Amino acid sequence: MQQFLDKLSAPWPWYIAGIIIGLIVPALLIIGNKTFGISSNLRHICAACFPANIPFFKYNWKKEFWNLFFVVGIIIGAFIATQYLSNPNDLVIDANLKSTLNELNVTDLKHLLPNDLFSFNALTTPRGFILMVIGGFLVGFGTRYANGCTSGHAIMGLANLQWPSLVATICFMLGGFIMTNFILPFILQLK
Amino acid sequence: MSTINTPKQQDEMLDDTSAYINHSEKSESTLSLLKYTIVGIIFGIVFVKAEIISWFRIQEMFRLESFHMYGIIGTAVTVGIISVAIIKKFSIKTISGENIVIVKKKFSKGQIFGGLLFGLGWAMTGACPGPLFAQIGAGIGSIIVVIGSALAGTWTYGLLKEKLPH
Repeated sequence: MQQFLDKLSAPWPWYIAGIIIGLIVPALLIIGNKTFGISSNLRHICAACFPANIPFFKYNWKKEFWNLFFVVGIIIGAFIATQYLSNPNDLVIDANLKSTLNELNVTDLKHLLPNDLFSFNALTTPRGFILMVIGGFLVGFGTRYANGCTSGHAIMGLANLQWPSLVATICFMLGGFIMTNFILPFILQLK
Repeated sequence: MSTINTPKQQDEMLDDTSAYINHSEKSESTLSLLKYTIVGIIFGIVFVKAEIISWFRIQEMFRLESFHMYGIIGTAVTVGIISVAIIKKFSIKTISGENIVIVKKKFSKGQIFGGLLFGLGWAMTGACPGPLFAQIGAGIGSIIVVIGSALAGTWTYGLLKEKLPH
């Protein structure tokens, strides 16, 4: 039993995670005719809380309430994994990334997210503010403009062989490559 | 899979927005909705245990320093393709006996412009929308600010939608 728990607490390999995430697609379809997609929840929250008479937020969001139940599950699951199955060791990070981040004064390399960039304290630094506030804005604006995120397009859309989802996925990756390799190094220098 | 045969019917099934993704005609009780919470819990555990919610894993992906995220997305897509093919081939129904509906995605330029903008944000925050919620569950309270900004982004898109190229 202890051995099993130790194994569960170590980081899970990609193929286990990939299989389980892939199975969420048929699971949602079969238990309730639901299509996998998370970014829609941001819209439902806007529609429920701040519709402001904008046509885009006038729809029957209550019909999509199931998706908020799904998101609450994600929060609970992450809590359980962190409280009871937490990895006792430090995060393993690629050596190249480590040295690049060291040069850019990102020093917390032990946690899932670096404290230097993502915390209430970091919000008062220019680089922390840019990553958290502007980065978050781009996630919310971009996913809705693209009509879906990694789950709706890259996983659900590709699972159903939809070429618009392939276009979206390629653009997600392209945007990420540009940011990480060409823009982020400059943002991280703004201390 | 519902029987959608004529092109006209197929067009009607094209969804203007993939936000409407409940294709069940039946309304469900709160108790019944808890089954989605259970699926979500499994998803949340995987997010944390496979370190998908880590900013570092996303940087490694975009710097081509690790196979981990590519392996996860590639496996998930493969399992998804096989699952959807099996559902269609055998006309598998939902547990309540409904035909399963999978709406086609309609192309718009938004997938290019919005996709690029989301990609920039994904690399900055190190998280797409699912992991943002998981980070809250993992106890990183400051991420509520990132989610607040994401809501502001979605709201701004709703405000400007008609003025943007699609």
